[in-house]
Amino acid sequence: MPRNLLRRAVLPALATTALLLAVSACSGGQTADDGPTTVTLWVASPTEAFSKALVDDYNATHDNQVELTAIPDDGFLQKVGSAAGAKSLPDILVSDVVYMPNYTSQGVLLDITDRIKDLPFADALAPSHIAAGTWDGKEYGVPHKLASSVFFYNKDLFKQAGLDPEKPPANFDEILADARAIHAISPNIAGFDFGGNCGGCSVFTQLPYMWANGEKMLTDQGTKADFDNKTTREVFGLYKSLWDEGLTPSNANTQDGSTWADAFVAGNVGMMAQGSAMVGKLQAKATFDWGVARLMSPDGSGTSTFVGGDSAAITATSKHPDAAWDFLQWSLEDHAQIDIVAKNGDLPDRTDLSDNQYTGADPRTKFIVDGVADGQTPFAVPFGELFNDPNGPWIAMVRGAVFGDNPDAAIKDGQAKIQAGLDEAAG
Amino acid sequence: MKKGMSRKTRAAVTGQLFVAPAALIVLVLFVIPLGMLVWMSFQDYPLLGSPTFNGVDNYTSIPGNDTFLNAIGFTLAYTGATTVVMFGVSFILVAIANSSRRGSKFYRTSYFLPYVVGTAAATLLWFVDSDTLVGVFNQIPLALGIIKEPIAFLSTPELAFWTTIALVTWKFIGFQVIILLMGLQSIPRELYEAARVDGATVLQQLRYITIPFLRPILALLFILSVTGSLLAFDQFLILTKGGPDNSTVSLVYAVYNTAFVKFDMGKAAALSVVLLVALLLISAVQLPLLRRKDV
Repeated sequence: MPRNLLRRAVLPALATTALLLAVSACSGGQTADDGPTTVTLWVASPTEAFSKALVDDYNATHDNQVELTAIPDDGFLQKVGSAAGAKSLPDILVSDVVYMPNYTSQGVLLDITDRIKDLPFADALAPSHIAAGTWDGKEYGVPHKLASSVFFYNKDLFKQAGLDPEKPPANFDEILADARAIHAISPNIAGFDFGGNCGGCSVFTQLPYMWANGEKMLTDQGTKADFDNKTTREVFGLYKSLWDEGLTPSNANTQDGSTWADAFVAGNVGMMAQGSAMVGKLQAKATFDWGVARLMSPDGSGTSTFVGGDSAAITATSKHPDAAWDFLQWSLEDHAQIDIVAKNGDLPDRTDLSDNQYTGADPRTKFIVDGVADGQTPFAVPFGELFNDPNGPWIAMVRGAVFGDNPDAAIKDGQAKIQAGLDEAAG
Repeated sequence: MKKGMSRKTRAAVTGQLFVAPAALIVLVLFVIPLGMLVWMSFQDYPLLGSPTFNGVDNYTSIPGNDTFLNAIGFTLAYTGATTVVMFGVSFILVAIANSSRRGSKFYRTSYFLPYVVGTAAATLLWFVDSDTLVGVFNQIPLALGIIKEPIAFLSTPELAFWTTIALVTWKFIGFQVIILLMGLQSIPRELYEAARVDGATVLQQLRYITIPFLRPILALLFILSVTGSLLAFDQFLILTKGGPDNSTVSLVYAVYNTAFVKFDMGKAAALSVVLLVALLLISAVQLPLLRRKDV
């Protein structure tokens, strides 16, 4: 490039650009104080669509605006951790409910106990979510998106197998008997399906069997584990029988959760403990009639569910806590819960809204929402590391007990390692 | 001459000025982060919360870290197996692609195609294809009647190990083949003609012409293969997730798990420092292979 061209054209252009940037930066800084507030919100990518529907409606009807950023699910905790260190967290954090103790125990979130108490529907908020967001008696989170594990079954296959389609299994013996009957229809039809190499899938669907009788697997604010017991052995024993007898699809022991709903939705599986999110897939794709039942204790004397999903919280470093709370409160009120959440086929966050026009229209969705009141959310600070991690001790215990030759040793070993992980986290 | 620097020192200063930008980049992008890493390795450093100094605790805990110790053995076995398989397969493929037979250009292109796919994407592809119900690795042999039952390629430690090596070979062999072909074709034809005139056999030609000429290239590929395998990570994270039952946790995977699953940045930093020192030693042993000039 000739030197005079550089001097005549390029340098002035650069200078002008720099000047413009400087001017716009200044003006941007000045208008931030007055006028409507913009609140930032982070959500993990699987929940993005759900949150966006709420945010869009809020932004269209309010002066304050919510700016949503979706973070890839795998890197969510890392991103939050590094942002917390750099004091650059958003105003609102939407996090998987099981990770709430990570944040509450570290003082990352703002105490919103009083704000929650002032809500007219405070008692109706999914109780296990509130409990999961509580640390030392202070409440830090409200439910955002609910998920609940239930027992799905294929009524068409029940009929073909000569079973009563209105009578889902009520205990473990019936599950096993029904699975045998359904598999007898054809070698390509499985009686039962599960994600045998997926920690998240298996805590979500197997823990409710264990606590349905009122037993506690995690106690003392998540510092004590009790898995070395009879109920745990019965739960894994059922799955072991199902697997050993070939009543499940052949990929159940490598199923990492990415396709674990597919075989059931395709109509090739008789029964499955699954998340409520599968309802949407079934409504859209299933060509068969399906039913839901509650997850039960081995003898069928009690039922329960794992209430998962995401909680929303305000960060301790937020400069706009009032504006942030305004959005959270709005998102829990009737309009948002019924006309957005329920209308889209999701579970309302409040137990008093289970018979709204959308959820109530299908008795099966109403049944799932009604179960939330009795559901539990397990509580442990290192929950991800111990239960969800594909290399963690929980899935090692499940695999040892279900696919291995020595279930007893696997359960004892798993109990020891989970307790060691809890001890380490407690410091 | 009397004022200030001698010509020699002036030249040296000028040279340093020329190097300065590069040195600055190395300083900012490598030396400073490395220093921070070493500093982190002496801290109790949770992802959330504030770090506190804990001396050499992170280092002394390494001998008790079963995951990491198992990962050392696994990574070495993986490195050895990958290197042997890669070299064996690439020699066969080079022999095919180097012939003047019709279609050798087609082979060269097809060997190289997997190399241009990103590792993560290629691994995901294999993950789906090795599934017992939907994967083509089972569908095709089943349809052809070669196997009766689908093979769960990721269900046992041995199967998962060899499936990963097959993936890595498929993915990276193209690069190795191209480099070897380039080397082969740079050997002057006259040498072979002269050898044939002198009555050398094919094996003698291989032993005294081909291999000596290829030595620097073989050494380079060997070093790349060993370093690459020792640092293997993404294929395990995506294809096997370290499983089944933690049997395929590589060293970098163990570091990743410590940092981003257990959120123990201090311990992860200590493991990284140990890994770095080990890699430096291994490279120091290997580098003379590259320098030998006695072709």
